[in-house]
Amino acid sequence: MSAFNAIGDEREIDRDEYTPGVEPQPTWCPGCGDFGVLKALKQALPEVGKTPEEVLTVTGIGCSGKLNSYLDTYGFHTIHGRSLPVARAAKLANPDLEVVAAGGDGDGYGIGGNHFIHSARENHDMTYIVFNNEIFGLTKGQTSPTSPKGHKSKTQPSGSAKTPLRPLSMSLNAGASYVARTAAVNPNQAKEIIKEAIEHDGFAHIDFLTQCPTWNKDARQYVPYIDVQESDDYDFDIHDRAEAAEMMRETEDVLNEGTVLTGRYYVEEDRPSYTQEKKAVGELPDQPLAERYFDDDTEWERSYDLLDRHK
Amino acid sequence: MSDDELIWRIAGGSGDGIDSTSQNFAKALMRSGLNVFTHRHYPSRIRGGHTYVEIRAAEHEVQSRGDGYNFLLALGDSFARNPQEEAYYGNEEIKPLSENLDELREGGVIIYDEGLVSEDDVEALNLDERAEENDWHVFPLDLRGLAKEHGREVMRNTAGVGATAALLDMDLEHIEDLMSDAMGGDVLEANLDILHEAYEDVNEEYEFEHDLRVPTGEHDTEQALLSGSNAIAYGAIDAGCRFIAGYPMTPWTDVFTILSQNFPDMGGISEQVEDEIAAAALAVGASHAGVKAMSGSSGGGFALMSEPLGLAEMTETPLVLVESMRAGPSTGMPTKPEQADLEHVLYTSQGDSQRVVFAPGNIEEAYEQTRLAFDIAWDYQIPVMLIYDQKLSGENKNVDVEFFDREPSPDLGSTLTEEELKEAAHDNSGKFKRFNYEDAEDGVAPRSLPGQKNGRYLATGNEHSPVGHISEDPDNRVAQMDRRLEKLEAIRTELNEERDSTQTYFGEEDAEYGIITWGSSQGAVEEAVDRLNADGHSVRGLSVSDMMPFPEQEVTAFLESVDEAMVVEMNASAQFRGLLQKELGRFGEKLTSLLKYNGNPFEPAEIVEGYEVNVAEEEREPTAQVRIEPAAGD
Repeated sequence: MSAFNAIGDEREIDRDEYTPGVEPQPTWCPGCGDFGVLKALKQALPEVGKTPEEVLTVTGIGCSGKLNSYLDTYGFHTIHGRSLPVARAAKLANPDLEVVAAGGDGDGYGIGGNHFIHSARENHDMTYIVFNNEIFGLTKGQTSPTSPKGHKSKTQPSGSAKTPLRPLSMSLNAGASYVARTAAVNPNQAKEIIKEAIEHDGFAHIDFLTQCPTWNKDARQYVPYIDVQESDDYDFDIHDRAEAAEMMRETEDVLNEGTVLTGRYYVEEDRPSYTQEKKAVGELPDQPLAERYFDDDTEWERSYDLLDRHK
Repeated sequence: MSDDELIWRIAGGSGDGIDSTSQNFAKALMRSGLNVFTHRHYPSRIRGGHTYVEIRAAEHEVQSRGDGYNFLLALGDSFARNPQEEAYYGNEEIKPLSENLDELREGGVIIYDEGLVSEDDVEALNLDERAEENDWHVFPLDLRGLAKEHGREVMRNTAGVGATAALLDMDLEHIEDLMSDAMGGDVLEANLDILHEAYEDVNEEYEFEHDLRVPTGEHDTEQALLSGSNAIAYGAIDAGCRFIAGYPMTPWTDVFTILSQNFPDMGGISEQVEDEIAAAALAVGASHAGVKAMSGSSGGGFALMSEPLGLAEMTETPLVLVESMRAGPSTGMPTKPEQADLEHVLYTSQGDSQRVVFAPGNIEEAYEQTRLAFDIAWDYQIPVMLIYDQKLSGENKNVDVEFFDREPSPDLGSTLTEEELKEAAHDNSGKFKRFNYEDAEDGVAPRSLPGQKNGRYLATGNEHSPVGHISEDPDNRVAQMDRRLEKLEAIRTELNEERDSTQTYFGEEDAEYGIITWGSSQGAVEEAVDRLNADGHSVRGLSVSDMMPFPEQEVTAFLESVDEAMVVEMNASAQFRGLLQKELGRFGEKLTSLLKYNGNPFEPAEIVEGYEVNVAEEEREPTAQVRIEPAAGD
């Protein structure tokens, strides 16, 4: 008998279940790309058969961190840059949970960059959505790790001398087994990509272009966008690491020239997730550890039985 | 200093097998019926460098390393990098002999490996002259040659143990048994040969003129030899902890290693991660999902945990963190003990943050307070920290096996089941009032776990409403803050009224003078207090474990009962004395400090001397490398 009966609950799910019945209403600015992520998630989750109480949404800090204030699942709004380690552990503690982590580009590629690299490397079975608006929004418009070179802001008054970080390439090299880019202005593609990411067994990274109409007015609103899978101009195999790498590099290069490329970039289906790898070496129990505390039949091991080596 | 004890020091280079040899020798002494206590001194490097382990063994109880030592087995450093005397670090090869002479007691015994250190080098030490002055008995033995002859050079430790046993008139039976447990085949055969050969050679070749012999004793019950790190790890296991995340750092790594080795067999999870921020954040995540979880580090790594710690406090996620102190600041002296992270642990993290902090004073307390830490963390949904140090982490002591014969306590405290959640308070939209201040008892609002039906809520490091929504409403803010702060008072009340005191007292009840300490300095203070009282002084000792919430009543009663008190701690800025005065708001004129921060733990004699200089008002400075801070106004 499970102590977590929301998990695996087979029933019809209404997408309104994901909208909080009472306050709060989103505090994002009108026209903010973050609405696009929220909407896509609310559509995707019921379509993949997930109920609100079997999903744990773990966020960082920033406008994007408020995602789980407006998405009615179990939520953990953590600290700046640290959504991934919290999310990883929750997944290990109870692998039956559906874990979605999210944060901004400063959160995930800047202050939390180390966690991003290692979470991708270890291929934790979760979805990680990075709201990439190429700016620090909530702190009022400072240059971020993905801001284009030359970007002027209050903290980079002469224009940034730094080349922007390459999120897709970094993700691929670190070891993510699903890498995609979508944009808030393309809700249908966003929903489909989120569904694929959730259903993917492994670390699924979505670089989600979310326009900031308030602090990044100079930037394009990510229109027009091109879906690399639908356009005849691009032809590459998403299962081929080298071709994916090349396509990612081009995508990152042309973004700052005004061409918005989106779509699936890399999918590695047969790579075992971290949960599987850890089970394979005998360091993760078959039964979710969180269940054990509610199982009256559990015989808890005692240190008293370990003392022979000390006698 | 007592004559009926052996303090055996085995010295060599890192990598010479000092640890395993001393561990087995300590066990042999324990099995023979003695009480044992070990002290480990080592440099921060993998190979070479002067390292030693001391084993104190006596029929009576031993609570500290004791004073000095009386038997040196100087193996010489076989990994020495700079055998030339003019080299920057001096001649390292002979350091296990030369560096250890100052603390050797009169009448002591020395064995050194003449197969490794050169005759000229020994001559340069004036060893003969010093031996005569101090009545030392010196046995130059070719341990390396003997080991090579019967096995391999690395087995010279075994030759040293055989020679030690001969000189101490010690039976080889327990040593043989332990060797047979640890190895087999040709390796065992060779080692046994070397052991016996060394034993017989020494007996045949030398007339013994030294008085030192192995003490004899008897244990009424079966004993186990374990370290403070073992005790913390075992306390965690018995408390139902099955998740640990960490990043290597000396000396905390010991606890991390022990649990990582044991967890796979007991369905637990260990994660070594990218940094300490992640380590603490993983423990928070696992706890949030319903598992009893812990993390830990030493000072520098703990500095990175400040923010996840604050997150756990604000989201009321149960959590246990351990902090194993080493000498700071910054990288400091990585393998040396100090008690200088107290303020770091008490006050780190922004805002009116609050946590519980225990400082166990010995191995038994380390076990018990670890269990207490988990109980309180999961009952009150608050981070609990254990602060200890390199000394307690690595020292071994024999403990009655039956001490550990206790029921495990995996209970999740104030966590609801799905059945209970049905009846719990929800808002109009069906969200669980996880942070409900209206019905909270002792500040605790019961929690749900992700995946449970009827339990969904938002955990956030922002100030939040009862269902967890971000809120800056002033009334809610005050209600939530007051509720969280209420927990510390409730915990203090529980510790006072429902639990055995974690403070430890020794000496006379109505003494004139008090000595107060905390953490791992406890054992040395205990022995010093006993010695002072035996010498006709009137002294009572108190070792405090509850750093937060502070045991105000107990410490006040103690300080009111004595005329003056000396606070003993291993740091340079009298941090615990500062805490006493902050918490109690008085007694400044009664409190002096005895501080030691040279990288070595207190010996009881240093505390006795500190008392003499401080209280008996002798007109002299202490001879030990300690500092006395006068009372306020003095």
